[in-house]
Amino acid sequence: MTVVICRCEDLTEDDIVEAIEKGYDELETLKRHLRMGMGPCQGKSCIPLAERILCRETGKSPDDIREPTSRPPNKPVPFALLASEEVDDHE
Amino acid sequence: MSEEAGVVIIGAGVNGLGTAYHLGKMGYDDVVVLDKSYICSGASGRNGGGIRQQWTSEENIKLALESRKMFEKLNEELEQDLEFYQGGYLVLAFDEDESKDFKKNVKLQNSLGVESQYLTPEEAKEIVPELNISDVVAATFNQTDGTIYPFKVVNGYANRVREMGIDIRDHTEVLDIVTEGDEIKKVKTEAGDIKTDTVVNAAGGWSSQIAEMAGAEIPNKPVRHEIMVTEPYKRFLEPMVISFKHGIYFSQSEHGNVVGGMGNPDEEVGVNQTGSLWFMKNFSKTLIDFIPRFSGVNMIRQWAGLYDTTPDAQPILGTVPEVERFYQINGFSGHGFMVSPVVDKVTAELILGKEPSMDIDRLSVDRFEADDFEAEGAVVG
Ligand SMILES: Cc1cc2nc3c(=O)[nH]c(=O)nc-3n(C[C@H](O)[C@H](O)[C@H](O)COP(=O)(O)OP(=O)(O)OC[C@H]3O[C@@H](n4cnc5c(N)ncnc54)[C@H](O)[C@@H]3O)c2cc1C
Ligand code: FES
Repeated sequence: MTVVICRCEDLTEDDIVEAIEKGYDELETLKRHLRMGMGPCQGKSCIPLAERILCRETGKSPDDIREPTSRPPNKPVPFALLASEEVDDHE
Repeated sequence: MSEEAGVVIIGAGVNGLGTAYHLGKMGYDDVVVLDKSYICSGASGRNGGGIRQQWTSEENIKLALESRKMFEKLNEELEQDLEFYQGGYLVLAFDEDESKDFKKNVKLQNSLGVESQYLTPEEAKEIVPELNISDVVAATFNQTDGTIYPFKVVNGYANRVREMGIDIRDHTEVLDIVTEGDEIKKVKTEAGDIKTDTVVNAAGGWSSQIAEMAGAEIPNKPVRHEIMVTEPYKRFLEPMVISFKHGIYFSQSEHGNVVGGMGNPDEEVGVNQTGSLWFMKNFSKTLIDFIPRFSGVNMIRQWAGLYDTTPDAQPILGTVPEVERFYQINGFSGHGFMVSPVVDKVTAELILGKEPSMDIDRLSVDRFEADDFEAEGAVVG
């Protein structure tokens, strides 16, 4: 059965396992190699799943997995809104 | 326990790994590459992927031209599609001074073999139909400029370098470089010492710190630069569009995302890689000014990286006066990806005592001792 992990970038569990085997064995490098977590949802659903696969494949505990840096904005925002004065620091 | 290596390279970005790749290609594999974080964690994994030959200093033009030719063959060498898209660079002038300079630049670029052209605003609009040209005075364009996917290049090198038997150690921070007199003895890392007499300083925004460890001085200063990406859209932008006056650049990637950045003229020196509200607002405003259609386009992610800046905005290459066999490959001042192929190759040649395939003497750190060094004028952001 094919399990889709990242819907935005169309990546399956097999894609992720294969990349880990190639040596992309932390979230930051997995992200860049596969573009995983770089879709419009910014990895909200796929990164936690990928974390679990990483633990399973590498034998690391969740505490040893380095969290990827979260990068604003938290959801897609049109430039017109960002350009306006309404944006505050927490957007 | 102490181990030994012929060459220790500090920094697993495009230049550290590119140098390792060329050393390996020349048949030399007694090399260790160290990085304090993951591969490509520095500017090499945070940049705009822009490949431009339209520079104003002879040195930068030559480095960029030769490198562009090397990038054209790199897909084949690394057996990977690196997404090198040669949609050109469209450089916009917003006042008469800029347009006068642009004429001069094109002349120099043409004389060195870069086929850039001087354009009217209307001609610029033919290349980017949605461009607002109401304040544009002139433009230049060079078709063989373009963009590449940086991570694929760096990982392409990493994979090849490992196949050649060269050791890459991520998450291994360099803590000190031990010298005796003017000779390097060893590199101390958080995971033990490595005996060596040859060190390559490819540490990007951290290069001054590394130089200091060896007792050498370079004038490099790290400065934050911010960048962002939009949701993917069907291609509507062929070239990279840039303005020196506004400090902005943007292009569309193979996947359809628009990638763009802008420098803050008041940015302070320091190692800071967080995003700012200043950027979000000012970048968005300027982008909409350039192409009004961007109003409704969504930004999805923003981040920052370091420019390793020098007083003349040109890189520092070759050895230093204080210590022997301490090779610099840093100070790229925001354009170290596009010139990496040739500078990596020449650095490998210097290390192995070969005749360098390009003369880079004028880029050694000594140049700052003269009072009249000439600065590169075409830095964006
Ligand atoms: C926002 C932005 C946009 C840019 N756009 C472009 C562009 O369009 N085109 C272009 O050509 N260039 C661009 N640049 C510049 C380009 O990214 C850099 O010049 C280039 O990537 C530098 O590569 P490097 O390998 O020399 O250094 P880096 O990629 O910065 O690598 C240095 C490495 O050294 C490591 N390191 C530091 N200290 C230590 C230590 N003590 N021990 C071990 N390791 C250490 C770091 O972790 C890092 O991985 C841009 C830069 C930024 C920030
Ligand atoms: S599901 Fe992976 S980025 Fe959206």
